[in-house]
Amino acid sequence: MFESKRYYQLEEKLNEFFIMLGGISAFSIAFFKNVFLPPYEFGEVKKHMDELGVKTLPIVSVTGFIIGLVLAMQSQPVMARFGAESFLPSMVALSVVRELGPVITALIFAGRVSSGIGAELGSMRVTEQIDAMEVSAINPFKFLVVTRVLACVFILPMLTVYVDFIAILGGYAAVALILNMNFQLYVNSLLPSLLFSDVLPGIAKTFFFGFIVGIVGSYKGYMADNGTVGVGKASTSSVVISSLMILVMDMVLVKITLIFWSL
Amino acid sequence: MVVEVKNLSKSFGNHIVLDNISLKISEGENFVIFGRSGTGKSVLLKCIVRLLLPDSGEIFIDGQNILNLSEKELNKIRKYIGFVFQSSALYDSMTVKENLEFPLIRNFEFTAEERENKIRSVLEKVDLAGAINKMPAELSGGMKKRIGLARSIITEPKLILYDEPTTGLDPITTKEISHLIVELQKDLNVTAIVVTHDLVCAHIVANHAIVLKDGKIRYEGALGKLTSTDDEFLNDFFDNEYFEDKNGRK
Repeated sequence: MFESKRYYQLEEKLNEFFIMLGGISAFSIAFFKNVFLPPYEFGEVKKHMDELGVKTLPIVSVTGFIIGLVLAMQSQPVMARFGAESFLPSMVALSVVRELGPVITALIFAGRVSSGIGAELGSMRVTEQIDAMEVSAINPFKFLVVTRVLACVFILPMLTVYVDFIAILGGYAAVALILNMNFQLYVNSLLPSLLFSDVLPGIAKTFFFGFIVGIVGSYKGYMADNGTVGVGKASTSSVVISSLMILVMDMVLVKITLIFWSL
Repeated sequence: MVVEVKNLSKSFGNHIVLDNISLKISEGENFVIFGRSGTGKSVLLKCIVRLLLPDSGEIFIDGQNILNLSEKELNKIRKYIGFVFQSSALYDSMTVKENLEFPLIRNFEFTAEERENKIRSVLEKVDLAGAINKMPAELSGGMKKRIGLARSIITEPKLILYDEPTTGLDPITTKEISHLIVELQKDLNVTAIVVTHDLVCAHIVANHAIVLKDGKIRYEGALGKLTSTDDEFLNDFFDNEYFEDKNGRK
């Protein structure tokens, strides 16, 4: 009896999971169908970029600086053990630019933005604002979803470049304290090791991460029901799902990157 | 606009909400839909504008079956339909002016001056000219209903659907909103479909009424005849409010 109940619960959860995956896929297809069709809501995209970018800036600045600082502090004793302390600036820069900067920024962005989009669209859904738009012969998907997803796709790479710089500065703060290295030497040590093939894939994958954050948040909010409880669920599950999808996508993209730039 | 619904059925899971409903609403008519909560009044209204898809049946607006239209064709019809939501459904990130301007900018080619004039005119009509720059959160329930009404008439629709336009309002505001609905119908010659529980509103507004029960139409005809029926359900339904009236306690 107990076993069969657990079995049905598992079956139900699996059903929900696959329905959600199908929903997100259908939502993504609808995005590509709508994105190239007029009217183009450039004003809305710019407005969302301003909101999403500016609101996320303080938290990514602090996180970026601490990540760079801690990375350098933790790595220094290990590198000293192998007599490779002079490579510390390069190690910090490469770790940040190739992996930590894009992924950490995307995860923070997901926490901050995906939940916000989920809650905003969710409350619009339960208060019939989306229905009001639809019945006024306005395409709510284009106005609400496409503009937010585009804003996420464009703003996340910019935030990532910014976080990379801040994290490298954080790394410098640690190196200056531990090794007493000056800024010019720090920059001269890391610049030669940073190649185009390190920077480009790191930035390129954030376009995908931005898309995930935007589409998952929008999907969860757009499909919300069950009043304020539904809005809360939409907001929470947006963060969980987009964070997980970012990590899975990162794994896939790293593999693809290594095929093309296996340096 | 003439609205005709033929054999419409709609279920949610195993729960049948509308069961083979047919009705016809003539041009310029104020058509009232009564029924207990959960009998599918709002579902019927949403099916008429295809916000919900019925399981079976046909819905004709001015002779066109809207269930067979493409999104583009449907939007051509929706441009001339106003919908007043129970919750008002004002866009809460926009001011009153932006709420009213929103459908005008996207669906019509008015100049900024024409839009401004239209906004001022509809706000005067609903007696809220001073609220033009307010956010929806700053408005009372009655004011929100009026702005919702203003937003639905700014495009000069030929059909307006009202989903419980007076629910939660005090008796005076209820009468004001109801008279406004009648005024609009006279001024713009629109067809109106009003879902309500409110007999005061219905008495002011209705030319014709139906009562829904268990997904079917239990009564259809003039509102006045509802008082002289032998139907037990109808007597029960209107007892609390209407028979108080008959007993002189109005």
